[in-house]
Amino acid sequence: MSDSTQTIETFANQEYKWGFVTDIEADAIPRGLNEDVIRLISAKKNEPEWLLDWRLKAYRHWLDMEEPSWANVTYPPIDYQNIIYYAAPKTKTDAPKSLEEVDPELLKTYEKLGIPLKEQEMLAGVAVDAVFDSVSVATTFKEKLKAQGIIFCSFSEAVQEHPELVKKYLGSVVPASDNFFAALNSAVFSDGSFCYVPKGVRCPMELSTYFRINAKDTGQFERTLIVADEGAYVSYLEGCTAPMRDTNQLHAAVVELVALDHAQIKYSTVQNWYPGDKDGKGGIYNFVTKRGACRGVNSKISWTQVETGSAITWKYPSCLLIGENSVGEFYSVALTNNWQQADTGTKMIHIGKNTTSTIVSKGISAGHGQNTYRGGVKILKSATGARNYSQCDSLLLGDKCGAHTFPYLEVRNTSAQVEHEASTSKIGEDQIFYCRQRGISTEDAVSMIVHGFCKEVFRELPMEFAVEAQKLLGVSLEGSVG
Amino acid sequence: MTAVAEQNAQWLELFTQQPAAEPWIQALREEAFARFSAQGFPTTHHEEWRFTNVAPVTKVARAARPADKPAAIPEQAKPHLAKYASLDHPFVALNTAFLHDVRVITVPRGATLEAPIEITYEGPAEGTAAHPRTLILVGANAQCTIVETYKGEGTYFTNAVTEIVVADSAVVDHYKIQQESLSAYHIATLQAAIGRSAAFSSHSISLGGALTRNDVNAVLSEGSDANINGLYIVNGTQHVDNHTAIDHAKPHATSHELYKGILDGQSHAVFNGKIIVRQDAQKTDSKQTNKNLVLSDDAVIDTKPELQIWADDVRCTHGATIGQLDSEMLFYLQSRGIGRKDARNLLIYAFAQDIVDRIKVQSLRDSLERTLFEKFHEHPE
Repeated sequence: MSDSTQTIETFANQEYKWGFVTDIEADAIPRGLNEDVIRLISAKKNEPEWLLDWRLKAYRHWLDMEEPSWANVTYPPIDYQNIIYYAAPKTKTDAPKSLEEVDPELLKTYEKLGIPLKEQEMLAGVAVDAVFDSVSVATTFKEKLKAQGIIFCSFSEAVQEHPELVKKYLGSVVPASDNFFAALNSAVFSDGSFCYVPKGVRCPMELSTYFRINAKDTGQFERTLIVADEGAYVSYLEGCTAPMRDTNQLHAAVVELVALDHAQIKYSTVQNWYPGDKDGKGGIYNFVTKRGACRGVNSKISWTQVETGSAITWKYPSCLLIGENSVGEFYSVALTNNWQQADTGTKMIHIGKNTTSTIVSKGISAGHGQNTYRGGVKILKSATGARNYSQCDSLLLGDKCGAHTFPYLEVRNTSAQVEHEASTSKIGEDQIFYCRQRGISTEDAVSMIVHGFCKEVFRELPMEFAVEAQKLLGVSLEGSVG
Repeated sequence: MTAVAEQNAQWLELFTQQPAAEPWIQALREEAFARFSAQGFPTTHHEEWRFTNVAPVTKVARAARPADKPAAIPEQAKPHLAKYASLDHPFVALNTAFLHDVRVITVPRGATLEAPIEITYEGPAEGTAAHPRTLILVGANAQCTIVETYKGEGTYFTNAVTEIVVADSAVVDHYKIQQESLSAYHIATLQAAIGRSAAFSSHSISLGGALTRNDVNAVLSEGSDANINGLYIVNGTQHVDNHTAIDHAKPHATSHELYKGILDGQSHAVFNGKIIVRQDAQKTDSKQTNKNLVLSDDAVIDTKPELQIWADDVRCTHGATIGQLDSEMLFYLQSRGIGRKDARNLLIYAFAQDIVDRIKVQSLRDSLERTLFEKFHEHPE
């Protein structure tokens, strides 16, 4: 036992590899938040009047809101006036038109992160939109996608070039006044990704965004909006990293997905923000609002997330199942090690007839980590024949961590079938013994069992991400296996 | 806000009108009333009361209870009375504030009682509130069965609190049959402190009441075992809310929980099951299940099974289901010549039987089976 505990501990104590800082000059605005700051951000982005008004409205609403305290996480109060709300890497040209124009320093950073943008131009792989601090730096494969009518660009670009689409869908799924962090994001969001897939088009490649916080004391507030028109299909990946610092940084993003008739959106996240050091110092506060609306009949939205980073995660990717026969899915692996805290889960709101949702959530707690699943399944009166299946399992590694489950099932239409199952356990000594007996070391055995535990979710990830996620899980768990 | 103040003033008036009690009881009452006034009645903004609106309940309190002289409280009850149920629950505080006639049952060490101890609470007069209080002290190695029955007629409010202290290695079976009138309000808390290696089982059967709220809380010591079962059958506009909290405070304890509900008409059922496993409660084995069978289109269900686990060497599971009668099962029975109506009743009956079978008191089981039979046999198609 002690032997295996040690192995787990060495396994879990691997260090954060993405904690470097890129020495790049940033164009940042002064700390603090007021209407002038919002006007400044809006002006810097050369935004139309309606967007500025929208931001200001959100800000005024935010002033009246209280920070939510119901989540099962604790952190010292955040001073919202001590955050830099906008930081952009200074480049020779204001907006890079192609990869050649992007600061080589920046490209090196992405290479270190394992997303060689240049290389990917050649390999038929993933189209990447990379967001560095507050602005989107480069989008690859744009031309190729354009040929099919797919719009994939940074949010600011979309505001300039496709204002009618942005105006139509912005805030239609997550209204500016939705919650405290969404309102804050709506007021100060600086960039993000925008994607529109036209009628009947199947996006030929995986689209991807990479977020990175580089500058100190900045908050990252990006906004992603994905619209899949009738019969369209898109698979979207999101990844994130940040340098190691001993102060906490705030990340409050909003993601909105809209699926029209027969459309499908698959949204995968590998979240690896800096989780803080062994003593719980530093790390990112990841307070994110993600929601998708299945507006059309037979539409489908699928969320897959692997949450290994962040000091605190507060995130509930949800689905509004409005169209008849629409499908919502949520697959999640959340890992908390050292002093990390995660309060994550999903909300499935069944509105249309014969809507189906599946929730598979796997939580792993190690060290002093606290892992909470909080999920809501709501079957409204109109959702005749709705079906939900939820399963959430927790694995405990170590005796100082915690695993908590708070599922809410609210059924207003009784033709619905709702099932929820949850279990919590640790890796059995007999399981380890069985593996050891067959010549597998404790560390390998534990990693095997953990991977087996998460397999159901990893299977849902696109290939490249599945490999990355497995590696990440190994690294995040290093030193905690026992 | 003014409505709340008005209500509190009303309760204060009732409180001050109570006949004086012994000083130590008076002290308990005053502390409890202060706690109650500070909290007020819960609203649906309270997490624990999200789906249960107690507004109609709070209005039933017009007349005070008759001021008969209470029976003396035995000396050995003093260290235990009002020491277990938390005053953070506004209705427990209210009950304690109106502490009057306490039924104390003591089972001596090592005694084995064959016959069940029956306690029956008749509902108070129309438009009034009653605060029945029960304290059950079971000595070490003793064995007993307790049956609490609540019934009545008309519109009234029963606000019951039962505290049970199960000493080491004792075995206690507790049954609560709630058959209040269909226009009555029933709010009850059962608080059990379970000793080392003791076994406690609770069966809560809710049939009556316009609005029912049951809280069953158990705190487990080392090596103890708790079986918490419940059955609720509601129709019309009945509202039933079952909250359970099983606190695994010490290692090596096991708990099993099964709550089943049958809903018809526009009834509303709420279930909230909490399992807390404390940091040193290793080797805990805990299982919780909530199953709901819905017979109508307008019934509403809110269920929230909850796990809070702070220890690692544990096995905890919970599950919840909400569904209708299985059409394939119906078909199977029909294909064997059983009429649709009978097949349906058979399946409903079987669903409830799971809980009924767990009742060890023969007479109780028989009467419950009869009630179920009558309820579902006459059920219109």
